[in-house]
Amino acid sequence: MLLVVEQFLNGLQFGLLLFLLAAGLTLVFGIMDLVNLAHGSLYMMGAYFAATFAAWTGSFLAGALMALGATLVLGIVLEVSALRHLYGRDHLDHVLATFGLILFFNEAVRLIWGPAGLALPLPAWLTVPVPILPGIHYPAYRLAIIAVALLVALLLYLGVMRTRIGMLIRAGASNREMIGALGINIKLLYTLVFGLGAALAGLAGLMQAPILTVQIGMGENILILAFVIIVIGGIGSIRGAFLAAIFVGMIDTLGRAFLPNLLRQVLSGAAASTAAPALSSMLIYLLMAIVLVVRPEGLFPANRR
Amino acid sequence: MKGLSVSKAVTALMLAGLVLLPLYSQLSGNIFILTLFTRIIILALAAASLNLIMGFGGMMSFGHAAYLGIGGYAVGMLAQEGVGSGFIQFPVALAASAIYALVIGALSLRTRGVYFIMITLAFAQMAYYVASGLARYGGDDGLTIYNRSDFSGLINLGNRVQFYYLCLACLFGVIFLIWRIVNSRFGLVVQGLRSNEQRMQAIGFPAKRYQLVCFVISGTMCGLAGALLANNTDFVSPAVMYWTRSGDLMVMVILGGMGTLFGPVMGAVVFLLLEEFLSQITEYWALIMGPLLLLIVLFGRGGIMGVLGRAGRG
Repeated sequence: MLLVVEQFLNGLQFGLLLFLLAAGLTLVFGIMDLVNLAHGSLYMMGAYFAATFAAWTGSFLAGALMALGATLVLGIVLEVSALRHLYGRDHLDHVLATFGLILFFNEAVRLIWGPAGLALPLPAWLTVPVPILPGIHYPAYRLAIIAVALLVALLLYLGVMRTRIGMLIRAGASNREMIGALGINIKLLYTLVFGLGAALAGLAGLMQAPILTVQIGMGENILILAFVIIVIGGIGSIRGAFLAAIFVGMIDTLGRAFLPNLLRQVLSGAAASTAAPALSSMLIYLLMAIVLVVRPEGLFPANRR
Repeated sequence: MKGLSVSKAVTALMLAGLVLLPLYSQLSGNIFILTLFTRIIILALAAASLNLIMGFGGMMSFGHAAYLGIGGYAVGMLAQEGVGSGFIQFPVALAASAIYALVIGALSLRTRGVYFIMITLAFAQMAYYVASGLARYGGDDGLTIYNRSDFSGLINLGNRVQFYYLCLACLFGVIFLIWRIVNSRFGLVVQGLRSNEQRMQAIGFPAKRYQLVCFVISGTMCGLAGALLANNTDFVSPAVMYWTRSGDLMVMVILGGMGTLFGPVMGAVVFLLLEEFLSQITEYWALIMGPLLLLIVLFGRGGIMGVLGRAGRG
């Protein structure tokens, strides 16, 4: 029982983290029609910035806030200097150009921070276990991640659906020429959206940093998970990304936790222990394959133009 | 017409260079260059196979490195289990790649555009994780192949020069095959589907079936490259399927010129020589390579072949 609740919360936490990453990706794709592989690099930069700033200031929160601002600025610089020139080009060009950016970022991190990973220690008040149900404790930091991610998701929803900027963003997604013709500074809007996406990726990176080590290439595997989420949820749909992210986070976490035991009941011990790791890492891809067979457009496709 | 002749001349020069390279290596005693170019030729073969679906078929696969791994693991696993004959290893490598391509293609071709890029990427990453989970065959650390594929006296893969020419023959064979495919009725249908799928379907061609067959042919060719690569390095590990390798293959195709017969070979030669050259100058070669890619995408339309064509026209 304890394990089930704990793994359930782990799955939720991982799913919400994936949502932050996937939301930025799907926002940038939905509005600028840009495939950004370097999104994972922004996630990595968020983690490195947080580790560095936290070490400088001696405060986890200050470091996190500074890192958030730094990834926002980095995203804006990236958009203005390079990615802006890719709008309207072929998707293949996007893939190649941002692939080049990944190489650049990985190498730049190796040059600046060295090949060894960094650690981002948590302050004491975030490491205490919190009782959530009678007799069940859960780490405060993971609860904090869940709370922050849910808050961000809510703000994102309100921001996109209820504010003037959000209205412009939605209008830009459905018809960019028209909104430009109506006198909206579409370039500025795009820069803003890209910066927001970068900040979301940075937030995901810096929140994950204390749980995993901060290392080169940390953004790449999780980026592919974000792709899977977007494919499952439907490209350009934030709601789809939210539901698919939680779904994928749950399946991945629960699969890794319970699949070995389930297999052991069916197969012999040796066969189960060899098959389990391979099978549990395949689980979400199988899920994606099933979704593709049933709904090639994803579960919650954004409204067609 | 003059533009064609410039790119043709450069291509012919490059091919002659590839054929004569072992001679140079023997005369100068530079063994390293032969090893380097064996690798280049094998990856050129993989890039050429990717070009068949990407350049001619319009299917942007971002998971092509998976076949390098599947071909390689077929050789490695059979060698581990005591089956050393190349007459068994190579057909198994090709068949395994073909089956994987059939399954992945059937699923991925339900979508198009960016979805297709992401899905092929995700499936290749799945193959990567599965290989990492194969504890019996080395898992993450990979699998050392103690004996190269044995072709019972026909050809000795342990001999550098013989192996080089085998790889070169495979490359030429595959390019010849691609040339025949592209100019066949089948190839014309596939290229028609790239330009306008709806129109082709309206005429009555079963689009997905043609594309799937093309996808499987391409995957099988790349499986051959994988089997050769495993023999070249005497080693296979999940790293050969890592997604950056798929990205490298894509870069080679684009760099050389998508949809041209010899462009991918040119791209592979230039890309890998550049990588070798930059890594000798600085440990941080990717710091230069990354922005270079960005610049190539922004300014070098049509790749090297395209630039050569334009240079010829003046």
